[in-house]
Amino acid sequence: MLDRRDFVQHLLTDRGDLLVVPGLGSATYDVAAAGDHPLNFYLWGAMGGTAMIALGLALARPERRVVAIPGDGDILMGLGSLATIGVKQPKNLVVVVLDNAHYGETGMQPSHTSAGVDFVAVALACGFRKALTVTRSEEAAEVRRLLHSGEGPILVNAKIKPEDVPRVLPLRDGHAIKDRFIAALNAR
Amino acid sequence: MHSPADLTTSWPDTIHAHFRRVGVRQVGYVPDAGHSLLIALCQDDPQIADVVLTTEEEGVGLVAGAALGGQRAALLMQSSGVGNCVNMFSLLRNCGFGCIVLITMRGEFGEFNPWQVPMGTITEEVLRLSGFLTYRIETADAVDEVVGAGCDMAFNGNLQVAILLSQRLIGPKQWTR
Repeated sequence: MLDRRDFVQHLLTDRGDLLVVPGLGSATYDVAAAGDHPLNFYLWGAMGGTAMIALGLALARPERRVVAIPGDGDILMGLGSLATIGVKQPKNLVVVVLDNAHYGETGMQPSHTSAGVDFVAVALACGFRKALTVTRSEEAAEVRRLLHSGEGPILVNAKIKPEDVPRVLPLRDGHAIKDRFIAALNAR
Repeated sequence: MHSPADLTTSWPDTIHAHFRRVGVRQVGYVPDAGHSLLIALCQDDPQIADVVLTTEEEGVGLVAGAALGGQRAALLMQSSGVGNCVNMFSLLRNCGFGCIVLITMRGEFGEFNPWQVPMGTITEEVLRLSGFLTYRIETADAVDEVVGAGCDMAFNGNLQVAILLSQRLIGPKQWTR
Protein backbone atom coordinates (compact mmCIF):
# COMPACT_ATOMS: atom_id res chain seq x y z
CA MET A 1 0.00 0.00 0.00
CA LEU A 2 1.02 3.55 -0.65
CA ASP A 3 2.41 6.17 1.69
CA ARG A 4 -0.13 8.95 1.23
CA ARG A 5 2.27 11.86 1.57
CA ASP A 6 4.88 10.40 -0.79
CA PHE A 7 2.20 9.51 -3.33
CA VAL A 8 0.54 12.93 -3.39
CA GLN A 9 3.94 14.64 -3.43
CA HIS A 10 4.86 12.59 -6.49
CA LEU A 11 1.59 13.38 -8.27
CA LEU A 12 2.01 17.12 -7.76
CA THR A 13 5.69 17.39 -8.63
CA ASP A 14 6.21 19.88 -11.45
CA ARG A 15 2.45 20.25 -11.57
CA GLY A 16 2.41 22.93 -14.25
CA ASP A 17 -1.10 24.26 -14.85
CA LEU A 18 -3.00 21.59 -12.91
CA LEU A 19 -6.12 22.74 -11.04
CA VAL A 20 -6.42 20.74 -7.83
CA VAL A 21 -9.48 20.20 -5.62
CA PRO A 22 -8.62 18.17 -2.49
CA GLY A 23 -11.41 16.86 -0.26
CA LEU A 24 -11.83 17.86 3.35
CA GLY A 25 -9.64 16.33 6.02
CA SER A 26 -6.51 14.38 5.29
CA ALA A 27 -6.63 14.89 1.52
CA THR A 28 -6.46 18.65 1.99
CA TYR A 29 -3.54 18.20 4.42
CA ASP A 30 -1.73 15.90 1.97
CA VAL A 31 -2.07 18.40 -0.87
CA ALA A 32 -0.91 21.22 1.41
CA ALA A 33 2.07 19.11 2.51
CA ALA A 34 3.08 18.71 -1.13
CA GLY A 35 3.48 22.50 -1.30
CA ASP A 36 0.99 25.32 -1.00
CA HIS A 37 -0.23 26.56 -4.38
CA PRO A 38 -2.86 29.16 -5.36
CA LEU A 39 -4.44 26.66 -7.77
CA ASN A 40 -5.38 24.40 -4.87
CA PHE A 41 -9.01 24.83 -3.81
CA TYR A 42 -8.66 23.43 -0.31
CA LEU A 43 -11.87 22.05 1.17
CA TRP A 44 -12.48 22.13 4.90
CA GLY A 45 -16.11 21.06 4.56
CA ALA A 46 -18.58 20.18 1.79
CA MET A 47 -18.02 16.46 2.35
CA GLY A 48 -19.25 14.53 -0.67
CA GLY A 49 -18.90 17.53 -2.96
CA THR A 50 -15.26 17.33 -4.06
CA ALA A 51 -15.83 15.51 -7.33
CA MET A 52 -18.75 17.80 -8.28
CA ILE A 53 -16.73 20.96 -7.63
CA ALA A 54 -14.06 19.51 -9.89
CA LEU A 55 -16.71 18.75 -12.54
CA GLY A 56 -18.01 22.33 -12.55
CA LEU A 57 -14.45 23.57 -12.88
CA ALA A 58 -13.60 21.08 -15.64
CA LEU A 59 -16.68 22.12 -17.65
CA ALA A 60 -15.87 25.81 -17.18
CA ARG A 61 -12.23 25.41 -18.24
CA PRO A 62 -12.04 22.59 -20.80
CA GLU A 63 -8.56 23.70 -21.86
CA ARG A 64 -7.14 23.02 -18.38
CA ARG A 65 -6.48 19.79 -16.50
CA VAL A 66 -8.52 19.33 -13.33
CA VAL A 67 -7.78 16.85 -10.54
CA ALA A 68 -10.09 16.02 -7.65
CA ILE A 69 -8.37 14.35 -4.68
CA PRO A 70 -11.06 13.16 -2.26
CA GLY A 71 -10.84 10.51 0.44
CA ASP A 72 -12.89 7.34 0.32
CA GLY A 73 -15.44 8.73 2.80
CA ASP A 74 -15.96 11.78 0.60
CA ILE A 75 -16.66 9.67 -2.50
CA LEU A 76 -18.99 7.37 -0.56
CA MET A 77 -21.02 10.36 0.59
CA GLY A 78 -21.42 11.58 -2.99
CA LEU A 79 -21.38 8.30 -4.89
CA GLY A 80 -24.03 9.57 -7.31
CA SER A 81 -21.61 12.21 -8.54
CA LEU A 82 -19.66 9.45 -10.31
CA ALA A 83 -22.83 8.77 -12.33
CA THR A 84 -23.20 12.48 -13.08
CA ILE A 85 -19.57 12.71 -14.23
CA GLY A 86 -20.06 9.58 -16.32
CA VAL A 87 -22.99 11.21 -18.11
CA LYS A 88 -21.06 14.44 -18.74
CA GLN A 89 -17.79 12.79 -19.88
CA PRO A 90 -15.32 15.60 -19.11
CA LYS A 91 -12.11 14.73 -20.96
CA ASN A 92 -9.99 16.94 -18.66
CA LEU A 93 -11.05 15.50 -15.29
CA VAL A 94 -9.24 12.92 -13.16
CA VAL A 95 -10.50 11.80 -9.74
CA VAL A 96 -7.77 10.36 -7.52
CA VAL A 97 -9.33 8.76 -4.44
CA LEU A 98 -7.03 8.48 -1.43
CA ASP A 99 -8.55 5.26 -0.13
CA ASN A 100 -7.35 4.17 3.30
CA ALA A 101 -10.68 2.38 3.87
CA HIS A 102 -11.19 4.37 7.06
CA TYR A 103 -12.62 7.66 8.34
CA GLY A 104 -9.39 9.30 9.49
CA GLU A 105 -10.86 12.51 10.86
CA THR A 106 -13.27 10.81 13.24
CA GLY A 107 -11.07 8.10 14.77
CA MET A 108 -10.27 5.63 11.99
CA GLN A 109 -13.56 3.78 11.84
CA PRO A 110 -13.67 1.41 8.84
CA SER A 111 -15.43 2.70 5.71
CA HIS A 112 -17.46 0.75 3.17
CA THR A 113 -14.30 0.11 1.14
CA SER A 114 -13.02 -1.94 4.10
CA ALA A 115 -15.96 -4.22 3.39
CA GLY A 116 -15.10 -4.46 -0.29
CA VAL A 117 -16.99 -1.64 -2.02
CA ASP A 118 -15.02 -1.10 -5.21
CA PHE A 119 -14.81 2.43 -6.66
CA VAL A 120 -13.13 1.19 -9.84
CA ALA A 121 -16.08 -1.08 -10.62
CA VAL A 122 -18.51 1.74 -9.79
CA ALA A 123 -16.66 4.24 -11.98
CA LEU A 124 -16.52 1.87 -14.95
CA ALA A 125 -20.21 1.08 -14.54
CA CYS A 126 -20.89 4.82 -14.55
CA GLY A 127 -19.09 5.26 -17.86
CA PHE A 128 -15.68 6.54 -16.81
CA ARG A 129 -13.26 6.13 -19.69
CA LYS A 130 -10.64 4.58 -17.46
CA ALA A 131 -10.51 3.44 -13.84
CA LEU A 132 -7.72 1.66 -12.04
CA THR A 133 -6.48 0.75 -8.59
CA VAL A 134 -2.90 1.55 -7.61
CA THR A 135 -1.15 0.04 -4.62
CA ARG A 136 2.59 0.46 -5.28
CA SER A 137 4.75 3.57 -5.30
CA GLU A 138 6.21 2.57 -8.69
CA GLU A 139 2.76 3.22 -10.19
CA ALA A 140 2.71 6.87 -9.12
CA ALA A 141 4.57 8.01 -12.25
CA GLU A 142 1.86 6.53 -14.47
CA VAL A 143 -0.87 8.21 -12.40
CA ARG A 144 0.97 11.51 -12.69
CA ARG A 145 1.04 11.05 -16.47
CA LEU A 146 -2.72 10.44 -16.46
CA LEU A 147 -3.28 13.69 -14.56
CA HIS A 148 -1.53 15.66 -17.28
CA SER A 149 -2.52 13.82 -20.43
CA GLY A 150 -4.98 10.98 -19.83
CA GLU A 151 -8.34 11.25 -21.57
CA GLY A 152 -11.00 11.58 -18.91
CA PRO A 153 -13.06 10.99 -17.06
CA ILE A 154 -10.58 8.85 -15.17
CA LEU A 155 -10.79 7.48 -11.65
CA VAL A 156 -7.69 6.31 -9.81
CA ASN A 157 -8.32 4.40 -6.59
CA ALA A 158 -5.10 4.84 -4.63
CA LYS A 159 -4.86 2.31 -1.82
CA ILE A 160 -2.99 4.12 0.93
CA LYS A 161 -1.89 2.90 4.35
CA PRO A 162 -4.42 3.69 7.13
CA GLU A 163 -1.98 5.66 9.21
CA ASP A 164 -2.11 8.92 11.10
CA VAL A 165 0.32 11.48 9.69
CA PRO A 166 1.01 14.96 11.09
CA ARG A 167 -1.53 17.52 9.92
CA VAL A 168 -0.36 20.23 7.55
CA LEU A 169 -2.95 22.98 7.74
CA PRO A 170 -3.32 25.31 4.76
CA LEU A 171 -5.35 28.52 4.40
CA ARG A 172 -8.78 28.11 6.02
CA ASP A 173 -10.68 31.27 5.03
CA GLY A 174 -13.06 30.18 2.26
CA HIS A 175 -13.25 33.58 0.59
CA ALA A 176 -9.45 33.88 0.59
CA ILE A 177 -8.97 30.39 -0.89
CA LYS A 178 -11.52 31.15 -3.61
CA ASP A 179 -10.23 34.62 -4.47
CA ARG A 180 -6.62 33.44 -4.58
CA PHE A 181 -7.58 30.54 -6.86
CA ILE A 182 -9.55 32.73 -9.27
CA ALA A 183 -6.82 35.38 -9.42
CA ALA A 184 -4.16 32.76 -10.17
CA LEU A 185 -6.31 31.07 -12.81
CA ASN A 186 -7.01 34.37 -14.56
CA ALA A 187 -3.34 35.37 -14.45
CA ARG A 188 -2.29 32.51 -16.72
CA MET B 1 -32.81 47.29 -16.56
CA HIS B 2 -34.49 44.05 -17.49
CA SER B 3 -35.67 42.86 -20.81
CA PRO B 4 -39.39 43.58 -20.98
CA ALA B 5 -41.61 40.57 -20.64
CA ASP B 6 -43.29 39.59 -23.83
CA LEU B 7 -46.79 38.66 -22.84
CA THR B 8 -46.82 35.91 -25.44
CA THR B 9 -43.83 34.09 -23.94
CA SER B 10 -44.17 31.59 -21.16
CA TRP B 11 -42.46 32.07 -17.80
CA PRO B 12 -39.80 29.42 -18.52
CA ASP B 13 -38.86 31.41 -21.66
CA THR B 14 -38.55 34.50 -19.52
CA ILE B 15 -36.25 32.76 -17.03
CA HIS B 16 -34.14 31.36 -19.85
CA ALA B 17 -33.85 34.83 -21.38
CA HIS B 18 -32.46 36.12 -18.09
CA PHE B 19 -29.98 33.24 -17.98
CA ARG B 20 -28.82 34.40 -21.41
CA ARG B 21 -28.74 38.05 -20.38
CA VAL B 22 -26.50 37.50 -17.35
CA GLY B 23 -24.37 34.82 -19.00
CA VAL B 24 -25.34 31.67 -17.12
CA ARG B 25 -23.19 28.93 -18.66
CA GLN B 26 -23.97 25.89 -16.50
CA VAL B 27 -27.37 24.69 -15.28
CA GLY B 28 -27.71 21.77 -12.87
CA TYR B 29 -31.02 20.02 -12.32
CA VAL B 30 -32.78 16.86 -11.29
CA PRO B 31 -35.56 16.10 -13.80
CA ASP B 32 -38.77 17.83 -12.72
CA ALA B 33 -42.21 18.26 -14.26
CA GLY B 34 -42.56 21.90 -13.20
CA HIS B 35 -39.17 22.80 -14.67
CA SER B 36 -39.51 20.59 -17.77
CA LEU B 37 -39.82 23.41 -20.30
CA LEU B 38 -36.98 25.45 -18.78
CA ILE B 39 -34.79 22.33 -18.69
CA ALA B 40 -35.53 21.71 -22.37
CA LEU B 41 -34.64 25.32 -23.22
CA CYS B 42 -31.30 24.96 -21.41
CA GLN B 43 -30.59 21.62 -23.08
CA ASP B 44 -31.16 23.21 -26.50
CA ASP B 45 -28.98 26.24 -25.74
CA PRO B 46 -25.41 25.84 -27.03
CA GLN B 47 -24.24 28.51 -24.57
CA ILE B 48 -25.36 26.41 -21.61
CA ALA B 49 -23.90 23.14 -20.33
CA ASP B 50 -26.83 21.28 -18.82
CA VAL B 51 -25.85 18.88 -16.07
CA VAL B 52 -28.37 16.29 -14.96
CA LEU B 53 -27.78 15.39 -11.31
CA THR B 54 -28.63 12.35 -9.19
CA THR B 55 -29.38 14.61 -6.22
CA GLU B 56 -29.70 18.37 -5.90
CA GLU B 57 -26.79 18.44 -3.46
CA GLU B 58 -24.42 17.71 -6.34
CA GLY B 59 -25.53 20.94 -7.98
CA VAL B 60 -24.15 23.02 -5.12
CA GLY B 61 -20.67 21.69 -5.80
CA LEU B 62 -21.19 22.24 -9.52
CA VAL B 63 -21.98 25.92 -8.93
CA ALA B 64 -18.85 26.40 -6.84
CA GLY B 65 -16.63 24.71 -9.42
CA ALA B 66 -18.14 26.70 -12.26
CA ALA B 67 -17.49 29.94 -10.38
CA LEU B 68 -13.88 28.95 -9.70
CA GLY B 69 -13.51 28.51 -13.44
CA GLY B 70 -15.12 31.88 -14.19
CA GLN B 71 -18.59 30.70 -15.20
CA ARG B 72 -21.97 31.57 -13.77
CA ALA B 73 -24.26 28.69 -12.89
CA ALA B 74 -27.90 28.22 -11.95
CA LEU B 75 -29.73 25.38 -10.25
CA LEU B 76 -33.27 24.16 -10.91
CA MET B 77 -34.95 22.05 -8.28
CA GLN B 78 -38.17 21.14 -6.53
CA SER B 79 -38.83 22.27 -2.98
CA SER B 80 -38.04 18.74 -1.78
CA GLY B 81 -34.57 19.11 -3.30
CA VAL B 82 -33.78 22.04 -1.03
CA GLY B 83 -33.76 19.64 1.88
CA ASN B 84 -31.16 17.51 0.12
CA CYS B 85 -28.73 20.45 -0.06
CA VAL B 86 -28.60 21.93 3.41
CA ASN B 87 -25.06 21.08 4.55
CA MET B 88 -23.62 21.61 1.08
CA PHE B 89 -25.10 25.13 0.98
CA SER B 90 -22.35 26.00 3.51
CA LEU B 91 -19.93 25.97 0.60
CA LEU B 92 -21.70 28.87 -1.12
CA ARG B 93 -22.02 31.01 1.98
CA ASN B 94 -18.60 30.23 3.39
CA CYS B 95 -16.75 31.11 0.19
CA GLY B 96 -19.12 33.70 -1.29
CA PHE B 97 -20.13 31.93 -4.48
CA GLY B 98 -22.91 33.74 -6.35
CA CYS B 99 -25.78 31.41 -7.16
CA ILE B 100 -29.33 31.58 -8.46
CA VAL B 101 -31.68 28.72 -7.59
CA LEU B 102 -35.15 28.39 -9.16
CA ILE B 103 -37.42 26.27 -7.03
CA THR B 104 -40.73 24.78 -8.14
CA MET B 105 -42.91 24.43 -5.08
CA ARG B 106 -44.67 21.27 -4.01
CA GLY B 107 -46.64 20.67 -0.87
CA GLU B 108 -48.69 23.83 -0.94
CA PHE B 109 -51.55 25.24 -3.02
CA GLY B 110 -53.62 22.37 -4.44
CA GLU B 111 -51.16 19.65 -3.41
CA PHE B 112 -52.84 16.25 -3.40
CA ASN B 113 -49.90 14.37 -1.84
CA PRO B 114 -49.48 15.00 1.89
CA TRP B 115 -45.97 13.53 1.80
CA GLN B 116 -44.83 16.68 -0.03
CA VAL B 117 -46.23 19.02 2.60
CA PRO B 118 -43.65 18.79 5.42
CA MET B 119 -40.73 19.91 3.21
CA GLY B 120 -42.85 22.29 1.13
CA THR B 121 -43.92 24.22 4.20
CA ILE B 122 -40.36 24.76 5.49
CA THR B 123 -38.58 25.31 2.17
CA GLU B 124 -38.36 29.10 2.33
CA GLU B 125 -37.28 29.14 5.98
CA VAL B 126 -34.62 26.51 5.32
CA LEU B 127 -33.25 28.61 2.48
CA ARG B 128 -33.14 31.74 4.65
CA LEU B 129 -31.39 29.90 7.46
CA SER B 130 -28.89 28.62 4.89
CA GLY B 131 -27.98 32.17 3.89
CA PHE B 132 -30.17 32.71 0.84
CA LEU B 133 -32.11 35.78 -0.14
CA THR B 134 -35.53 34.42 -1.05
CA TYR B 135 -38.19 35.76 -3.36
CA ARG B 136 -41.53 34.18 -4.06
CA ILE B 137 -43.48 34.38 -7.31
CA GLU B 138 -47.22 33.78 -7.35
CA THR B 139 -48.14 34.90 -10.86
CA ALA B 140 -46.53 34.72 -14.29
CA ASP B 141 -46.49 38.51 -14.75
CA ALA B 142 -43.99 38.85 -11.86
CA VAL B 143 -41.44 36.39 -13.28
CA ASP B 144 -39.55 38.85 -15.47
CA GLU B 145 -38.96 41.45 -12.78
CA VAL B 146 -38.20 39.08 -9.91
CA VAL B 147 -35.96 36.67 -11.81
CA GLY B 148 -34.15 39.61 -13.40
CA ALA B 149 -33.49 41.23 -10.04
CA GLY B 150 -32.52 37.91 -8.50
CA CYS B 151 -29.98 37.13 -11.22
CA ASP B 152 -28.46 40.60 -10.87
CA MET B 153 -28.13 40.30 -7.10
CA ALA B 154 -26.64 36.81 -7.31
CA PHE B 155 -23.96 37.59 -9.84
CA ASN B 156 -23.19 41.24 -9.21
CA GLY B 157 -22.82 40.69 -5.49
CA ASN B 158 -21.78 37.03 -5.13
CA LEU B 159 -24.96 36.38 -3.18
CA GLN B 160 -27.05 33.26 -2.86
CA VAL B 161 -30.52 33.94 -4.25
CA ALA B 162 -33.46 31.54 -4.31
CA ILE B 163 -36.67 32.18 -6.22
CA LEU B 164 -39.68 30.11 -5.23
CA LEU B 165 -42.12 29.48 -8.05
CA SER B 166 -45.40 28.83 -6.27
CA GLN B 167 -47.53 25.81 -6.96
CA ARG B 168 -50.24 28.23 -7.97
CA LEU B 169 -47.98 29.50 -10.77
CA ILE B 170 -46.83 26.11 -12.04
CA GLY B 171 -50.16 24.39 -11.37
CA PRO B 172 -50.77 21.35 -9.17
CA LYS B 173 -49.35 18.08 -10.39
CA GLN B 174 -51.80 16.45 -12.76
CA TRP B 175 -52.69 12.83 -12.16
CA THR B 176 -54.64 11.06 -14.85
CA ARG B 177 -55.11 7.76 -13.07
